[in-house]
Amino acid sequence: MKLNDTPDESRHAAPEAGLTIAGKTYASRLLVGTGKYRDFDETRAAVDASGTGIVTVTIRRVNIGQHANEPSLLDALPPDRFTILPNTGGCYNAKDAVYTLQLARELLDGHKLCKLEVLGDEKTLFPNMPETLKAAEALVKDGFDVMVYCSDDPIQARILEDIGCVAVMPLASLIGSGMGILNPWNLSLIIEQARVPVIVDAGVGTASDAAIAMELGCDGVLMNTAIAHAREPVRMARAMRLAVQAGREAFLAGRMPRRFAASPSSPMAGRID
Amino acid sequence: MVSVTIELNGAAHVLRAGRTLHDLIASLDLLGKRIAVAINREVIPSPRWPGHILKPDDRVELVVAIGGG
Repeated sequence: MKLNDTPDESRHAAPEAGLTIAGKTYASRLLVGTGKYRDFDETRAAVDASGTGIVTVTIRRVNIGQHANEPSLLDALPPDRFTILPNTGGCYNAKDAVYTLQLARELLDGHKLCKLEVLGDEKTLFPNMPETLKAAEALVKDGFDVMVYCSDDPIQARILEDIGCVAVMPLASLIGSGMGILNPWNLSLIIEQARVPVIVDAGVGTASDAAIAMELGCDGVLMNTAIAHAREPVRMARAMRLAVQAGREAFLAGRMPRRFAASPSSPMAGRID
Repeated sequence: MVSVTIELNGAAHVLRAGRTLHDLIASLDLLGKRIAVAINREVIPSPRWPGHILKPDDRVELVVAIGGG
């Protein structure tokens, strides 16, 4: 018998199924924001390098009278290539958030998937949870598939799930702070109980943060500033793609237990005396 | 000529009486662009633009998608 003749399929890891949100499966578990880039070329290059299928965009007033013919973000990121996730960035109450997403739905030809965020104050950009719950209820009732930015509080996450949100997205640390995963225990509590995808939204600063989120068992990671404000955004986008993949694989593989004592990697038997 | 003053994206905007939402958007060179419109916080789908006559003090919102997280 020849060795290595046919690979033993059972020894190969099962392929990753991808991230399913509201019935649609995405190959990548990374979601990226489109703010803070130098220009649309850089945005598109970073999005491509990240491998993401979902990009989030913000809804704002048209600049009246200013260059009606200048290129638009959705020319750079065509909705037939990417799932466009309109967000309510900048909204501080439920009413404005719901209104913004109704406009977004019209803008995107009836597209139902959205990212709800209702902010509490400018200093922390922490979610205002009472307003978030109110908006989530109204949006779900209106037929939206709501992915929701929330505090890393398992009770709030459960309430949002019960309302009918299709993904809960706790912050790992403050939006734009790059402080990483500050409360892995809370995230673990949320992950443990959740029946919808849990996506870390906000706080990731570098690749290891994304990997840690995925190793905890998060279903995905959403980030913007960590890529856009890297010295080389496109390279960082690639790093994030790899980190999310690596973290997911490590989660599926199951890490070794931590121990206080050392344990030799080489067998003791057969040592040369 | 009778004119009508509306609020367009937060600023006063004057147009001739009887003008429709479609006329307004055409005058801004925004027809065919990916925009969404609301009047007095009610979203108006594009098929309804030609029949929608603007009234004094209407608050018109024209929005677009931009980069953000």
